[in-house]
Amino acid sequence: MLQTCALSVLMFTGASQFALVGVIGGGGSVWAGAAAAALLGSRNALYGLRLSSLLGVRGRRRVIAAHFVIDETTAMAIARDDPNLSRFAFWATGAALFILWNLGTLGGAVAAHAFSNPKVLGLDAAPPAAFLALLAPRLRAREPLAIALAAAVVAIAVLPFVPAGVPLLIIAVLVSLYGVLRTTR
Amino acid sequence: MIWAGVLVASVACYGLKLAGLSLPQRWLQDTRVQRTVPLIPVALLAALVATQTFSTGQHLVLDVRAAALGVALIAVLLRAPFLVVVVAGAATAALLRLI
Repeated sequence: MLQTCALSVLMFTGASQFALVGVIGGGGSVWAGAAAAALLGSRNALYGLRLSSLLGVRGRRRVIAAHFVIDETTAMAIARDDPNLSRFAFWATGAALFILWNLGTLGGAVAAHAFSNPKVLGLDAAPPAAFLALLAPRLRAREPLAIALAAAVVAIAVLPFVPAGVPLLIIAVLVSLYGVLRTTR
Repeated sequence: MIWAGVLVASVACYGLKLAGLSLPQRWLQDTRVQRTVPLIPVALLAALVATQTFSTGQHLVLDVRAAALGVALIAVLLRAPFLVVVVAGAATAALLRLI
């Protein structure tokens, strides 16, 4: 339970947290889960790139700002035309989400702790639904949709032959190769 | 052991965020990086959906989770909010297990 809460405080990027928990919960190794979490967190680096000129943070404030660089804060900040409003949107969204996200995690951890068999509540079906909901907004174009379908098929195909969690790493390597090769061509 | 994974993954995720804010812009502005990185979450999330629905450990399994995913998909297509999608999936699995 403490570990769940630590994830929300320390990692604070939802998809990565779900991935780590999902891989370990599915019987995978801790390190496969950690690698999947880090790979999912790679997009935050690109968000940081877009935000850095917008926020103009240095020194200690940058150290704090970095923790808030996630999907939601980036979306709220870049949607404003006025740089002052952008900065306000970033910090306000970051702080509000950080507090609510951690309260929600605590509530969920306490509630889950109270049930001996999470399957009765269908909690094993919750993560795939959550991943699907996170995935959907990224599928507006044909290419990501094709990549998503291919990734799902390949993951299922290799799953019986490699340790749990490793299919994700295979997918990450394949999609990176695809991305790099496609751009250089 | 799990704590180590939690800490290492958290540090890695934070490092990536800080790198985005700190690294010289041109590093990450490389077109290969720009066009590849957004594809990684798409592929990983899709793989997670597939593996968490159709497997237990290393075994492929077809159970109520598949139906739950179907309901979640309908919720997503109806543009339901995140929590509604998750609850719809979990509730479907729970109900089917009761029957």
